[in-house]
Amino acid sequence: MLFYFIRRLIYMLVILFILSFISFIIIQLPPGDFVTSYVAQQIASGRGPSDRQAYEAQLRRQYGLDQPIYVQYIKWIRRMFHGDLGQSLAWRKPVMELISERFLTTISLTLFTLVFIYVVAVPIGIYSATHQYSLGDYTFTLIGFTGISIPQFLFALVLMALFYKYFGLGIGKLFSPQYETAAWSVGKFMDMLKYLPVPILVVGLAGTAGIIRVMRGCLLDELRKQYVVTARAKGVKERSLLFKYPVRVALNPIVSTIGWDIPWIISGQTIAAIVLNLPTLGPLLFQALLTQDMYLAGSIVLFLCSLTVIGTFVSDLILAWIDPRIRYEGKQGKS
Amino acid sequence: MRKKEEISAAERLYVASQWELTWRKFKKHKLAMLGATILAIFYLIAIFCGFFSTQDIYKQDRKYLYCPPQRVHFFAEKGNFYLQPFVYGLKRTVNPETWRRIYTEDKSRKHSIYLFVHGDKYKLWNLFETDIHLFGVKEGTLFLLGTDKLGRDLLSRIIYAARISLSIGLVGVGLSFILGCILGGISGFYGGAADMIIQRIIEFLMSIPPIPLWMALAAALPPHWSPIKIYFGIVIILSIIGWCGLARVVRGKFLELREEDFTMAARIAGASEQRIITRHLLPSFLSYLIVHLTLAVPGMILAETSLSFLGIGLRPPVVSWGVLLKDAQNYRTVVQNPWLLIPGLFVIIVVLALNFLGDGLRDAADPYK
Repeated sequence: MLFYFIRRLIYMLVILFILSFISFIIIQLPPGDFVTSYVAQQIASGRGPSDRQAYEAQLRRQYGLDQPIYVQYIKWIRRMFHGDLGQSLAWRKPVMELISERFLTTISLTLFTLVFIYVVAVPIGIYSATHQYSLGDYTFTLIGFTGISIPQFLFALVLMALFYKYFGLGIGKLFSPQYETAAWSVGKFMDMLKYLPVPILVVGLAGTAGIIRVMRGCLLDELRKQYVVTARAKGVKERSLLFKYPVRVALNPIVSTIGWDIPWIISGQTIAAIVLNLPTLGPLLFQALLTQDMYLAGSIVLFLCSLTVIGTFVSDLILAWIDPRIRYEGKQGKS
Repeated sequence: MRKKEEISAAERLYVASQWELTWRKFKKHKLAMLGATILAIFYLIAIFCGFFSTQDIYKQDRKYLYCPPQRVHFFAEKGNFYLQPFVYGLKRTVNPETWRRIYTEDKSRKHSIYLFVHGDKYKLWNLFETDIHLFGVKEGTLFLLGTDKLGRDLLSRIIYAARISLSIGLVGVGLSFILGCILGGISGFYGGAADMIIQRIIEFLMSIPPIPLWMALAAALPPHWSPIKIYFGIVIILSIIGWCGLARVVRGKFLELREEDFTMAARIAGASEQRIITRHLLPSFLSYLIVHLTLAVPGMILAETSLSFLGIGLRPPVVSWGVLLKDAQNYRTVVQNPWLLIPGLFVIIVVLALNFLGDGLRDAADPYK
């Protein structure tokens, strides 16, 4: 177990390192740099310097932008370890501050969605498989197919329009007004729980649909096997027959791919949050990209990706703890 | 020797080729056949978009901003039935309180809908200039799905947008296919260090959330690029992650089939490496590739739609379904003009059809099961 843990940890650190490099490239991608836009902004607001060239050169020296790119990267990383991710131009605040404001909402939404997907999808999958070709099965299959076909933003948009039309209220928020700017507390967290169901539904629909289909398929395969027939012939009760082995076997592929689901939940959450305008990192990233606020954008991409990678790491560890086959076989098993 | 007609149905099953068996099994899958039919119609419409649309997609009608869909009638007011459908003319009034325009039918003006009418000029595939449309009215207006904020006909715009939305999935998957086959093939064929490196790259790409990455890359496309360049830029961005899944399938199948008895038999029989790959390996996993490709197209379409909807994918004047949906970004606009969401309905139908088709193909891919 320790060996497995260390290997996974090293692997995660390598991935985080590559991610930081990619995020840095994203920051560098747009034409011009921080200084060009900063000076342009100053000039636009009438506080421009008399000698633009000299001022820009001075700023570049100050921020180290005149050095080769790898030196800049190392400096950026070093500052990151001190909790400094640079300045957001549009917000005029440190990037770190902006991200930490929305850090908890993003994580809560992701975790609750993950739980929602499994709690809803697994029982439905079992029901569909045991009642194959029944009315309920067809209904869930239909919902499942629709769930993977509706673009998340469209679903969010339709829900918002319906709520606005019939209840006259917006659903694009996570807090009651009195908590919106308050610091985190138990009260604020409880308040957020009231507003979470709609975003969770929007983000989780596609994932739920996918898992219902996998669960149904795997369980159907399992139920056709000989040992089930034998057990039934011996007179084992249907309920214990179902839950003793087939369900547990069918759950295996689902549980072992939790790691693959997390990237898609974070993805879906980003888009849904932009449409619903939730106080999570998604809309912040979107605004940053539109205003070319690249330090903020790159940092959020890095943050969301890291969150995914760490989430996958934790889920892998839990799996290895539950299922001994994984920690002994390691990566030898089927891809 | 018996003649071909005398072979019984059961015997024909034994001598049927792999593709024939696949086709038989596929035909049994009703939903997949439905999906295939819908897709065939959609692609046909997209190819001849000028002909199927009712008017020029950039023609703005200032008199009819945010006009709701017009109803097609068969019965006139007095209950007379007309074989030829018609629409009533539109009368515009303004609500004195909200200043919103209200469009009502003007029962005194009746515009029949004709087949093959002369309308706005368009160039079919940029080659033949013509003005014949499948259907349309000779006078008055025909907004079957309403108009947008500039008074442009939504139906025609949706039909033109199908060209972009449907092709971006195919082009994107085509690019992923090339990348996936080459890298997956190298990985499965050579193994060793190349395999190790490619597998790690795939694992890395599959462990990061695609949407934030796509957003960042799409937003970095220079705004002064021509629409064609942006289009291919988006395709390349989507393919960066798209090829991973395919490469895994190719590699997995390659490894699996190399160990099969029939490959061994062919090798012992003296078949060359090239013959083994083209005659034995390729037909065995080509069907899996096709299934995987079919199921990858909807993801591409959804991704493009999402990016364009946010305004960082394709941009006007290019029309794709996502670009059209951008007009419906505000939920208050949606409540007042719900028909602006219709392009989304087309996205759902196409994605659903592709999923049905892929499901049917997956069942039929291994006809010997």
